[in-house]
Amino acid sequence: MDLRIADLAATTAERRAIDAYLDPRLGPSRGGWDGGERDISVDGRVARGGHEARSHRELLLPALHAVQDRVGWISPGAVSHIARRLTVPPAEIFGVASFYALLSTVERPPASVHVCDDLACRLAGAERVCEELERELGPAGHPRPGAERTWHRSPCLGQCERAPAALFTVAGDPAIRVSTGPLDAPAILSRLDDGLRGRDDLEAFERPVGTAPSPERLEQLRRFAPQAGQPGLRLLARVGRVDPTSLTDYLANGGYRALGQAIADGPQRVIEEVIAAEVLGRGGAAFPTGRKWASAAAAPLGPKYVVCNADEAEPGTFKDRVILEEDPFALVEAVTIAGLAIGADRGYLYLRGEYPLAEERVENAIALARQAGLLGERIMDSAFAFDMEVRRGAGAYIAGEETALFESIEGDRPEPRSKPPFPVEVGLFGGPTIINNVETLANIPHIVLDGGLAYAELGTSGSRGTKLFSVSGHVARPGVFEVPFGARLGEVIEMAGGVPGGRAVRAVLVGGAAGRFVGPEALSMPLTYEGARAAGATLGSGAIVVLDETTDVLDILRRIAEFFRDESCGQCVPCRVGTVRQEELLARLIAGHPHGTVEDELALLDELARAMRDASICGLGQTASGAVTSGIRLPGVLG
Amino acid sequence: MSEQLPPKTAFPPPRPYPGVDPEILTTPPARSPGLAQAPERRAPRMVEMTIDGAPVSVPSGSTILEACRAQGIDIPTLCTLSTLNPEGVCRLCVVDTGARALTPSCSARVAEGMTVETENERVRHSRRLVLELLASSVDLDLAGPELPDGTLHKYLERYGADPARFGPPSSPAAAGERDAAEAGHHRVPDGATASNVGQPAKIDNDLFVRDYSKCVLCYKCVEACGVDAQNTFAISVAGRGFAARISTEFDLPLAESACVFCGNCINVCPTGALMFRSEYELRRAGDWREQDQTTTRTICPYCGVGCTLELHVQDNRIVKVLSPLDADITSGNLCVKGRFGFDFVQVRPKGSSREV
Repeated sequence: MDLRIADLAATTAERRAIDAYLDPRLGPSRGGWDGGERDISVDGRVARGGHEARSHRELLLPALHAVQDRVGWISPGAVSHIARRLTVPPAEIFGVASFYALLSTVERPPASVHVCDDLACRLAGAERVCEELERELGPAGHPRPGAERTWHRSPCLGQCERAPAALFTVAGDPAIRVSTGPLDAPAILSRLDDGLRGRDDLEAFERPVGTAPSPERLEQLRRFAPQAGQPGLRLLARVGRVDPTSLTDYLANGGYRALGQAIADGPQRVIEEVIAAEVLGRGGAAFPTGRKWASAAAAPLGPKYVVCNADEAEPGTFKDRVILEEDPFALVEAVTIAGLAIGADRGYLYLRGEYPLAEERVENAIALARQAGLLGERIMDSAFAFDMEVRRGAGAYIAGEETALFESIEGDRPEPRSKPPFPVEVGLFGGPTIINNVETLANIPHIVLDGGLAYAELGTSGSRGTKLFSVSGHVARPGVFEVPFGARLGEVIEMAGGVPGGRAVRAVLVGGAAGRFVGPEALSMPLTYEGARAAGATLGSGAIVVLDETTDVLDILRRIAEFFRDESCGQCVPCRVGTVRQEELLARLIAGHPHGTVEDELALLDELARAMRDASICGLGQTASGAVTSGIRLPGVLG
Repeated sequence: MSEQLPPKTAFPPPRPYPGVDPEILTTPPARSPGLAQAPERRAPRMVEMTIDGAPVSVPSGSTILEACRAQGIDIPTLCTLSTLNPEGVCRLCVVDTGARALTPSCSARVAEGMTVETENERVRHSRRLVLELLASSVDLDLAGPELPDGTLHKYLERYGADPARFGPPSSPAAAGERDAAEAGHHRVPDGATASNVGQPAKIDNDLFVRDYSKCVLCYKCVEACGVDAQNTFAISVAGRGFAARISTEFDLPLAESACVFCGNCINVCPTGALMFRSEYELRRAGDWREQDQTTTRTICPYCGVGCTLELHVQDNRIVKVLSPLDADITSGNLCVKGRFGFDFVQVRPKGSSREV
């Protein structure tokens, strides 16, 4: 490939950051730059490794992260350097970098904070926080000249139980990334200063009580997993009882028994049990996991891949975060079992960039598992070989769509592919791939150990097992709750302490921004796939955002419309333009200046919603109007 | 993005899988239609399906669009072009196959027993809305698909599209404003006007103009600049959502980018967003007179390849050079010389009666 790469030099810091990531993977000083042997001391261009390097485009996003982490933005010089090392055209690198909200292609101050102003944080007063930050630091995304600190608004950070939340990033070596809450504006400003002073200052704030089980730690964990430590839990059983950083502790608490069982049983049996368990995908689409695995296992050509979708970004959803942070070994074990079942030897865990603690814990779990021979060659002394790695997302809801996620790992813009072909036929790197949500995979060790039929005893005939629900908004004790399928919506809200102050429920958003609103009459709805469907709702990711009677529902709807406009990849017309028109229409209703009558606008909204649902490429556009069209018809919303 | 793209990573030699027909293992992965075919071609297997209620037999591997067109059914398209891989992004060509969502006929393949409805109420509704969304956000004055006749207006009429439903257009963005958009952020609208991609044209060289207020993001220029034709990779889609745009790295002027000025992007642009500078200036002066123009097919005089040129001539001057997509040598692709190197034709000896 003959590339024209601008003659812009990366700074020493940029070059070192990029090379520190690429050298171990490409070999030192080997780049794909096919410019002929020149004086290496002058420009470092070496015509070696071209073809090999070109096959490593999947290193692009991590290389971009390396620069962003080190200097806080991605400069033209850095793009040129990456282009040389990976033989990727600079225009395409720019196309990728400019897609992600956590990467910047314009210079930014080193310390920045992404303040969540999405659903739960909005209900907890995020807008006031934003107003104060604007007075202090200038408009979002527009730092004052020479400033060391800047701020951005952010969609849901998955910290809804500690709203309002914020993600801090401080460029440096190493960079600091901390996501936490609840925070008011003065606290955010002082944490930014802590971050500029160094790593410990900021992190100590987030993690005061270590990782070993203790009463203090259990107390802290109950702030996001109120059931922590209770008996009878399946998915949350180890939360608070097991040190999430210790493989020894995990092994002492039943860890890796399932993988041993799976190796003894063989792939066929594992898949049979998953089919018998009738477990449905927990990411939102509710596809039968067993069927997915069986199709991939039957695919004749390899290599095959297992992908764990940990790009949890559905507003109001933070259940996967709890598993990732508090039971990471279980996930590593489950991905390994999946690899065994379908005949894959490689797995990826694609983790949203807003979850730094989860990243640290999962990376640690993978490293310890590898050390202990639980990843790599001859796992548990069997012939089975499997390894996995974490890929960090960079601020794009759409990257959680399965085929967009593949594109993201492959180093392309995360734009969804047309299906068919489905991932089990043509997935990551063109190979047969199973991609499963974190929570789905967390069920697998239980299915392998207890057997599919025993697993399926909990729940209902259409919805087997237990489900994690992320409950947030106007409840006394927001958090992640594990209940068997079939619990009533109202019961789960009661588990979260109910609406505080004796106020009444105005509406509940079930399934996140891609879900639908239901009114108080639906509190008796059984939380099952079939029960939600019968009530005209969807369980989606299991997010439950409670709005009390004081809520400005139109403001919440407008934020949801804004979210979909911001997160649309822009590929297809119905979603790219439809999400804009939906937001404009809501703005008119809020301002009280409809085109024609309010009824005309509602009819137009329905027409828009129908075309987006029917003609969009992927689930984002297809579900982008569900919450808005259901919410706007709640009694009293339009006056 | 579409199914017939070859896998991006070369597969290692197949490992033996127990119980699998070895022939499957040695069959190479599917190739894109652009690659050479084996010399012997067996007659394609036929697939039985139903289109608009009529049973039809079509070659397997055809797209639904091809199958429908073979039946004489007119399906509107915008982002598809015979020489490039279908992207399936404009969603004008959607048809109803009974699936949960509609199917883009340009990229989806026919299947045995498939039932396709090309013009039912559901399809018409989506096409109407897509046309309205496009027309309310992009300047479609010069837009038109390759087939059947290069215009879009009759489809707006056919589906009763009324783009004004979303309100009057908002005022155009300032130069560079859309290029500076931050991913995942936008200015909150008041809804009184309909946001659009209006912006000043980018005029940064003497050869062609990029007027992105006419851009529907069909990806054709990116494909033509990249793996589908030119392999230059000067441009990519940048940003996302409504702020997605075609861009060089950091919005560099074309002359500083990897652009080689082959103009193949102009040849595939369905909306006039990419335009010869000469055409642009004439249009701006109100002197673009298509009815007075002649079109002459000739062979490029520069090298031995023999590309077909299509010279558009007005007032005895070449105003635009295209190349027919069905030209059998380069399928409409030219290099900078054939595309833009025609000035010498127009230099007359001093004193010649035909001096310009």
